[in-house]
Amino acid sequence: MDKNGKLERTYILTLENNTIKMKNIKHLNFKSLFLILVFMTMISCERELSNEAEFATFSKAGEIFTDNFVGLGTNFFFPFISDGAKADVFSVDEDVAYESSASIRIDVPNANDPGGSFAGAIFIIDGSGRNLTEFDALTFWAKATQGVPNITMGFGESKFQVARNDISFSTNWVKYIIPIPDASKLTEEKGMLFFSAGTANTDGFGYTFWLDEIKFEKLGTIAQAQPAMLNGVDVVQDAFIDIPIQLTGLSQTLNAAGQNITVTGAPSYFDFKSTDIDVARANELGLVSVVGTGEATISATLANVAAKGSLALNVIGSFDFAPKPPERNANDVISVFSDAYTNIAVDYFNGFFAPFQTTLGGAPPLDVNGDAVINYKDLNFVGIGTFQDVPSINTTEMTHLHIDIKVNESIDTGDFITIQLLNSVGNNETSGEVRFEADTFTTDEWVSLDIPLADFGLADRSQIGLLFFISDATISDIFVDNIYYYK
Amino acid sequence: MNKMNKNSIYNRIKVVFIPAFLFISLTIVQSCNTDETQTVTNFRTLVMADEFDNEGAPNSSFWTFDIGRGPNGDGWGNQELQYYTNRTENVKVENGFLLITAQEESFEGASYTSARLKTEGLFEQQYGRFEARIRLPYGKGLWPAFWLLGNDCDTNIWPNCGEIDIMEYLGDSPTVVFGSAHGPGYSAGEAETKEYSLVNDRFDTGFHIFGIEWGPNYINYYVDDVLYNQITPEDVSGEWVFDHPFYIIMNVAVGGSFPGSPDSETVFPQTMVVDYVRVYQQ
Repeated sequence: MDKNGKLERTYILTLENNTIKMKNIKHLNFKSLFLILVFMTMISCERELSNEAEFATFSKAGEIFTDNFVGLGTNFFFPFISDGAKADVFSVDEDVAYESSASIRIDVPNANDPGGSFAGAIFIIDGSGRNLTEFDALTFWAKATQGVPNITMGFGESKFQVARNDISFSTNWVKYIIPIPDASKLTEEKGMLFFSAGTANTDGFGYTFWLDEIKFEKLGTIAQAQPAMLNGVDVVQDAFIDIPIQLTGLSQTLNAAGQNITVTGAPSYFDFKSTDIDVARANELGLVSVVGTGEATISATLANVAAKGSLALNVIGSFDFAPKPPERNANDVISVFSDAYTNIAVDYFNGFFAPFQTTLGGAPPLDVNGDAVINYKDLNFVGIGTFQDVPSINTTEMTHLHIDIKVNESIDTGDFITIQLLNSVGNNETSGEVRFEADTFTTDEWVSLDIPLADFGLADRSQIGLLFFISDATISDIFVDNIYYYK
Repeated sequence: MNKMNKNSIYNRIKVVFIPAFLFISLTIVQSCNTDETQTVTNFRTLVMADEFDNEGAPNSSFWTFDIGRGPNGDGWGNQELQYYTNRTENVKVENGFLLITAQEESFEGASYTSARLKTEGLFEQQYGRFEARIRLPYGKGLWPAFWLLGNDCDTNIWPNCGEIDIMEYLGDSPTVVFGSAHGPGYSAGEAETKEYSLVNDRFDTGFHIFGIEWGPNYINYYVDDVLYNQITPEDVSGEWVFDHPFYIIMNVAVGGSFPGSPDSETVFPQTMVVDYVRVYQQ
């Protein structure tokens, strides 16, 4: 064994030396390389893993760009082309620099640039990732040809992406800090830096900015973490079995030598916990699976610090979707709210008419696993508007109005829902209504109403601007779906 | 940064114990020599120590309290916003530490409560090495301090009675502390003062030692193993009023004309954690 051990050591040394040589002498010919490999294979055959073998560790280098890119390889610039970013915005500028001789130059295009409306890209290491666990921030110096607010910059390829959205560039060099939410997660990161800069705050006109001295650093002055989920709000909502919920509003706020800096953080920085995993549970991507009836509250920690905000779910059962409308010729339907057709634009699904309206919901509609549904609660009356900033609806050619309604409560004698249409809102306005009595509806079941437009008694229905649901609080909790005019 | 700074207290301690070197060390300190061989501390005879080992209220043989908003009800002359109490919500000893906690709450007309401990009438001393190991709170409006006040302020009105601020700190600058001396002609905004900044570290994430060594005609200020300032009669623009007994004060003030009010980012409660207070004589 002694002999073997020595041999193994020799072998490892040889390997290391050769690796170093191979790096240095790139034009080493393949013949000699092959011979070396054969030799190494021969002496190493039949041996077990030696005690001295070490597992691969990733570079702990922090520098990304000083005078040039540091260790990023050759093919490392990836513009966000699918999002509409312009591809050729990036160059190394040897005339402008914060320190020494060069900087990264980004030319943000005009909003109407045919090549792309903004500058956005990520620098991804062409090679293996880096171990960033000993750093606490990404820092860089930047300046621009004009002051520009709300630039987004960050790092992280995907799973551990971090973005700071409130960066303001000025015309002189300023050092910026993007704190790492939890560096212990970054054992192998390839996404070194990304940026997204548009012209929303510069009247659509492009500008140039420069970045220099980009590096991960251990500042030692980053502390006092205040993580948050759901933007720090304690949200209470109904949920349905098999309808997952994506957790959003995930952020980490850290104090950098006196200044609070908030970054958005990918869900994988957080550890999620459920009070009842038989009801709901969240995975590392922040997706909450709803698996059973009951109540469960999802909370989160980031690096063992409790995040502000939580999600309390009340799961009654599976979601009962409205019946799917039939396929129709596009010319035969004007859809206000349906996933089955292309919807027209509306001003709102809840006008919140003060002071008499109590109705909540519809702002915005629920997103049930990609299917939009309106849930009006505390209903007395509520209107869907199409008269302020969007065209009114010309229903002259249509014959019927379709609405699916599900009443989520017990129905008493005397309960009703009236559907009212207003034509030419605020300008010789006319209205007509159709009332549906209690026996039209059944608790917890979808009812499809197909109302002949003639029943509204409107002389002119070419400028429909409001559609009201009126219950006078007799029925207070309804789901509404598939609102469309058709012929 | 002052050249006096860089010195290891631990390397020098051995030297201090050798009498032959003692004279030399003292000479260096008193002559304000900026030589690299500057010692940080010389006084080794422990005369008072509270290690905060007894749970509950602070040891009443050392500590008494200032209660309220100051003798004139004006936030101790600084428009400070807190009401000082001796309740456990604001001051207690726990797990070997003294905790002075500033709370945001309505109390006796104030919006904040906190605590101010002092050794007045219990431990007063002229000259010596006064040292405490402290982790500081953070956030705009927090103004903790570890300081000494002349024991004759009742008759010899401040600033004539003298004030030595061993450590003051503003919560929105968590990397900076400062040490000051106040006397007639050099008080409040005109006090003789100097900042000390941490590099790659901050005062609210770990414990640091704050101390002075005070003798006839000098006060040396140090943080951890770094001596960062010396104040002598030549430095002050008035009478030197530091040749009589002083007592210790530790407090966490909230708001007022100096730190400004807490803002929306200030997190409450905030606690100053004190590991020990020790006083040495030469």
